[in-house]
Amino acid sequence: MQARSRFSLGTTAFLAMLRRDLVVTGREFIAFLLQALMQPLFFLFIFGKVLPGMGLAAEGFVAFMLPGIVALTTMVASMQGVTLPLVLDLGFAREIDDRLLAPLPIGFVAIEKVLFAAVRGVIAGAVIFPLAWWILGARYAVRSDHIALLAGVIVLTACMGASFGLVMGTVIKPEQISMMFTLIFTPLLFTGCTYYPWGQLNNIRWFQIFTLFNPLTYAAEGLRYAMVPPINGRSIATLPIVWVLVALAASVVGAVILGSRTFRGRVVS
Amino acid sequence: MAASADNPTAIEVRELVKRYQKAKTNAVDGVSFQVRRGEIFGLLGPNGAGKTTTIGVLITSVVPTSGSCSVMGIDVARDPIAVKQRIAVVPQQSNLDRSLRVREILTFHAAYHSVPRREREERADKLLAELGLADRKNDKVSRFSGGMSQRLMIARALMHSPDVLFLDEPTNNLDPQSRLFLWDRIRELNQQGLTILLTTHDMDEADKLCERIAIMDYGKILVNNTSAELKKMIPGGNALEVRVRISDSAVDSALRARLQQSLAGLPGVAKAEEVEAGPAPEGPPAVTYRLYAEEARTLVGSAAQAVLATGADVHDLHLKEASLEEVFIYLTGRHLR
Repeated sequence: MQARSRFSLGTTAFLAMLRRDLVVTGREFIAFLLQALMQPLFFLFIFGKVLPGMGLAAEGFVAFMLPGIVALTTMVASMQGVTLPLVLDLGFAREIDDRLLAPLPIGFVAIEKVLFAAVRGVIAGAVIFPLAWWILGARYAVRSDHIALLAGVIVLTACMGASFGLVMGTVIKPEQISMMFTLIFTPLLFTGCTYYPWGQLNNIRWFQIFTLFNPLTYAAEGLRYAMVPPINGRSIATLPIVWVLVALAASVVGAVILGSRTFRGRVVS
Repeated sequence: MAASADNPTAIEVRELVKRYQKAKTNAVDGVSFQVRRGEIFGLLGPNGAGKTTTIGVLITSVVPTSGSCSVMGIDVARDPIAVKQRIAVVPQQSNLDRSLRVREILTFHAAYHSVPRREREERADKLLAELGLADRKNDKVSRFSGGMSQRLMIARALMHSPDVLFLDEPTNNLDPQSRLFLWDRIRELNQQGLTILLTTHDMDEADKLCERIAIMDYGKILVNNTSAELKKMIPGGNALEVRVRISDSAVDSALRARLQQSLAGLPGVAKAEEVEAGPAPEGPPAVTYRLYAEEARTLVGSAAQAVLATGADVHDLHLKEASLEEVFIYLTGRHLR
């Protein structure tokens, strides 16, 4: 009976949960892609094609904004992969109870959710590249000498979004969902340096400092570092890449620790 | 783990107390009981009595304030993961995975518990057939009735061959047919050796299913015994009812007085009272007497003879047992619902 070790039982349960999520997401993959890509599609179209065509946006603007869009889409897709399902599940569906009774520490049920949502975020972020290439045509410009770094920042961004999603999903009650969008999402989107490079905020110093508290700022700046091609032979100015990686990693670790606690608080009384 | 095989106790609860945060009173207030292996044990009580919280501690989802519990010899607080391998839970409300199809709900549950693929496929088909869900195996559960959800949750619970099954209000809100079906399945499972702990606020369910019943109220166990023993607690709870048919002309007080006198005079009868008189719904008039005694069933022969000796006819003789409802009222002064 006890031939299998705890570790092997826990791993099997964890992998089975991942497989369950893969099966479910696989069945609604088109819906998932549409949900993730609708916003970037219009952003790219309006800011990359319509406005420059009217002469209302500088030619180089889209090259700065594309990393912001990738960062935002990756983070939002990962966050959405955890937050809403978890709010509803803990609020009344309680479908998660069956997994909580599996023979593994309950924290891993939360980790599995984060991990899978991060995978969704990486996919959503990656699909933007062909989309941008198709919409932007000749304006599509991404440097190709930082591919590994680019992938790394996208993965970190996805983990960051998913782990913040865990915290939000365990703290927010179902009746607070609409408030969450106005009070948390909107500020997050607009203070995250997605539509403007951080370095050029120095004429509004207080806001520049304020944006440093939003982890999305580091994601966007890190992707700018890895994506925007050098202008006249010089790389563009961004937040130092080391800071970016440290800040992203620290927010992942912090949010996972906090989220595991709040998760436990919701499933064990 | 090896020692647990000789241990005849499946569940042990010792001085369990649970007070939720911000609560003014204890939800569970010093509860102790044991469930033997292979037993169906019932926690009976009104809503809010602490039944679900007690189960919550045993299934590792509630952390006790004090006291301790073990399941199959494993301390719940010390090794919750080992407990989870041995138990299965059917909750009050459906928590079925609505993103999956019926059969997948079973196979994924088994996969979470490391049941090998072939085994879980076979077991899923077998259980779906046994619980009458085979033709729904590719459906999603969003439109399932309460009875079907309950059956599917029982099938899911059995997928990893647990030793102990927890059923929280298993037939609450079900139609009578689904209830009977579930009761039969629950008995079958128990006959196959499964230990079952169920909660209910339905006396009938507790009476029909459980070998032993603990009656809970305000977080405490008031009594814990077999249904028959519980009913004996009520004074005069054990009585013989004798329905006597008498001819029209004899509906007079003289015959009735004589009947009462001779029944009350039988050896062992503590008290005989006339509970009901007048015309029967059909046929000649009848009178009913209730004889209270320590062992009422020993009176069957002598009571019949006594009635016949007065010249009247015995229409019906039956043992009147107290219901658990009456036991509950006797203990608390309140109705169960």
